[in-house]
Amino acid sequence: MMVDPDVLNCLLPGVEKPARYTGNEWNSIRKDWSQARLRVALAYPDVYEVGMSNLGLAILYELLNGQAGTLAERVYTPWPDMDRAMRQQGIPLFSLESRHPLAEFDWLGFSLPYELNYSNVLSMLSLAGIPLLASQRVGSRTWPLIIGGGTCTYNAEPMADFFDLLVIGEGEEVILELAELFHSLGRDQVGGTSKAGFLQHASCIEGVYVPALYAAEYHADGRVKATVPALAGVPATIKKRIVRQLLPLPERPVVPYVEAIHDRAMIEIMRGCTRGCRFCQAGMIYRPVRERPMPEVLSLADKLIASTGHEEIALVSLSSADYSWIEPVVGELNRRHGQQRISVSLPSLRTDTFSVRLAQMIQQTRKSGLTFAPEAGSERLRAVINKGVTAADLLQTAEMAFSGGWQRIKLYFMLGLPTETLDDVLAIADLVHSVQSVGRRARGQPVQISVSVNTFVPKPQTPFQWLPLAATADVLERQAALRQQLRNKGIKLSWSDEDSTWLEAALARGDRRMSAVVLKAWQLGARFDAWNEWYRPELWRQAFAEQGLDPHFYSSRLRSREECLPWAHIDTGVSPTFLWDEYQRALRAESSVNCAEGCLDCGVRRSFGLAECPVPSVDQ
Amino acid sequence: MIASALESGAVVQRVRVVFAKGDQVRYISHLDLLRVWERVLRRARVPMAWSQGFNPRPRLFFAAALPVGVTGSAEMLDLMLASPVELPVLQHLIGDQLPPGLHLCALEDVPLTLPSLPSRVVAAVYEVIFAESASVDDLQCRVDSLLAAPSLPRSRQRPDGVRSYDLRPLVQSLWISKTDAGRTVLHMRLQMDQQGTGRPDEVLAELGLWGSAQSIERVELVLQ
Repeated sequence: MMVDPDVLNCLLPGVEKPARYTGNEWNSIRKDWSQARLRVALAYPDVYEVGMSNLGLAILYELLNGQAGTLAERVYTPWPDMDRAMRQQGIPLFSLESRHPLAEFDWLGFSLPYELNYSNVLSMLSLAGIPLLASQRVGSRTWPLIIGGGTCTYNAEPMADFFDLLVIGEGEEVILELAELFHSLGRDQVGGTSKAGFLQHASCIEGVYVPALYAAEYHADGRVKATVPALAGVPATIKKRIVRQLLPLPERPVVPYVEAIHDRAMIEIMRGCTRGCRFCQAGMIYRPVRERPMPEVLSLADKLIASTGHEEIALVSLSSADYSWIEPVVGELNRRHGQQRISVSLPSLRTDTFSVRLAQMIQQTRKSGLTFAPEAGSERLRAVINKGVTAADLLQTAEMAFSGGWQRIKLYFMLGLPTETLDDVLAIADLVHSVQSVGRRARGQPVQISVSVNTFVPKPQTPFQWLPLAATADVLERQAALRQQLRNKGIKLSWSDEDSTWLEAALARGDRRMSAVVLKAWQLGARFDAWNEWYRPELWRQAFAEQGLDPHFYSSRLRSREECLPWAHIDTGVSPTFLWDEYQRALRAESSVNCAEGCLDCGVRRSFGLAECPVPSVDQ
Repeated sequence: MIASALESGAVVQRVRVVFAKGDQVRYISHLDLLRVWERVLRRARVPMAWSQGFNPRPRLFFAAALPVGVTGSAEMLDLMLASPVELPVLQHLIGDQLPPGLHLCALEDVPLTLPSLPSRVVAAVYEVIFAESASVDDLQCRVDSLLAAPSLPRSRQRPDGVRSYDLRPLVQSLWISKTDAGRTVLHMRLQMDQQGTGRPDEVLAELGLWGSAQSIERVELVLQ
């Protein structure tokens, strides 16, 4: 039964930005509910404006709706005012397209991009009237299959109890294989008492992880002993899925009414990154590098402009300046669409003069300022994290930017990196001062520098996965030192919130027992933890305490090579040996070559049987 | 105003668009609606004139912002074009690109030298539809006492603080009718100009009927 629009009309005038909940956007797809043999709700555990900026869900939305007999609709986390109003009125969480309650869908697929969204997953299930725990969704009644995908699935153990199935890696092909399995078994054979059978079949699809089919065993001190299949025939490790060549992107993406965080057309020009920065989870888990051929990028840009009316096209990837045809693509996009005042943006530039030249080709960025990410202050520490940027690179880049007309530069740094000392942190101040004087010289007047300093969170599946989060006292001391040094006029300093860093680290590195903490924190009232105005760390502290778990055990403990990590059964193709070797080289402050310069045998090439890596584009 | 419309020198045609903002888009804000129109015009490849300066925008001007949640059956905006387009062609181009809930009612060429659209608006007419159960007599009673009041002091929460004002002079007339389906309709003609703008929700609140309306529609923008 669709949610009655008259009932909604009573509460929408009383909530902030009601158009978050009314759908009907340009290019949204409304398929016939009664004709669909598979109904999927694609969910994002954050507010509409954030969720609508996610390219992954947009890809699945167009892909699934392109299949005969399959319908996909969207849903985002209602803001707390709407959540409250819906609960008061007894309105269940519904999809934007047809306003059907989520409980009436066959599948509910969540994107899991960020640990601090976890409590919102529970809010959405609860508002939909769906039991939170996978173990509660059994018996005669059929509940939607709760599926998760995205970055956090590389260690989703803290969410294992809530999900029926997780897709590890790139979902474009897996989701269709799951749909095929669903159709072959028939809807009746998937829900209720037959759910277990479906999940067992599904677990044999490469990239599919059914948490309930694995059991975690623990040492007496709480470390994981092993995560092993609980049934015969279930694979011991779950290997991430990749697509060999990048598949076509949506040509008619939904254009939001409410302004999205990234309110623009997006073209993913490249997946993966050659750089090999040791702190970067995306750089490790999205291997191998695959590029979208230039003719496809250009023709997609034409189509997107015609189908959306966006005034900005973002060429997205982890390092867009590394895309083989970046300069000709930007030039050609300017030539074709500059007249219509459509601008191109490159959200991830390198710290080099080539990137400044690219930025100069894109007039739009001139207004907003340029952003570079040296990440660490000293040459030594940049070698530790394998960020191949020198102070000379940065100063040369800054000089070119300032003399090229920019008045403001933003610099990203991290604090609490492995082996970091106070000297490394003070080197950030020196570097910023040097950039400032370069700017003053180049422009003949004072310049603006924004310095953003985030605390480093060691993430799973990276060379730093064994390392602890830096101690809060050290971080605070180093922040204070930096503040002392960067008092000059023209420098703006900002920090990440120390009080959420520990939670992000604990959730990122947690094991399966933490599902109980997530549940407890949500029951205590945790909501929108990624939003400062809603985040209440004391609820999480209480939840850990009540479950008898110590967040520091997860966030702040140095782990040994021998320890079985909670995510050890998730295979990204990058070998643990490679990660460990990189970690050891980091401790010796040795940098490694990047994938464009030479192969370090990270394991991906062998694991996926690639003839060449980075994978050459079909056009070459 | 005349000078600003012509300063770029690029405007060769000025088209007055009358459009409806229907139920499906009633909750999008005025700023959202501006973006919607910019995108419609870009998709339709309408040759817009652009403003000068640091952050050039396509030159389109709405007569008046519509409150969130209120539909409009005769909203207006002026488009400034940089090259001429025949109206039937324009109607076709735009019509194909309008999202559900937005409809074209009329297009009209107007002289480039006309004063700006917002400066011409003097009043707006709203129709409020109540639930079937609403009693006409009760409504008439409330309306009569509102109209009889010499002043109606109210205060509104604004971003810059609470603003006090008198609602009474902004209410030009109120009258009641019945739809064919038997629904009670309250019509309001409210002042809308530089001196003050009467809001339909404020009138409803003053009548003690806030929240009981099923729908509010702006049916006319009265120009000078």
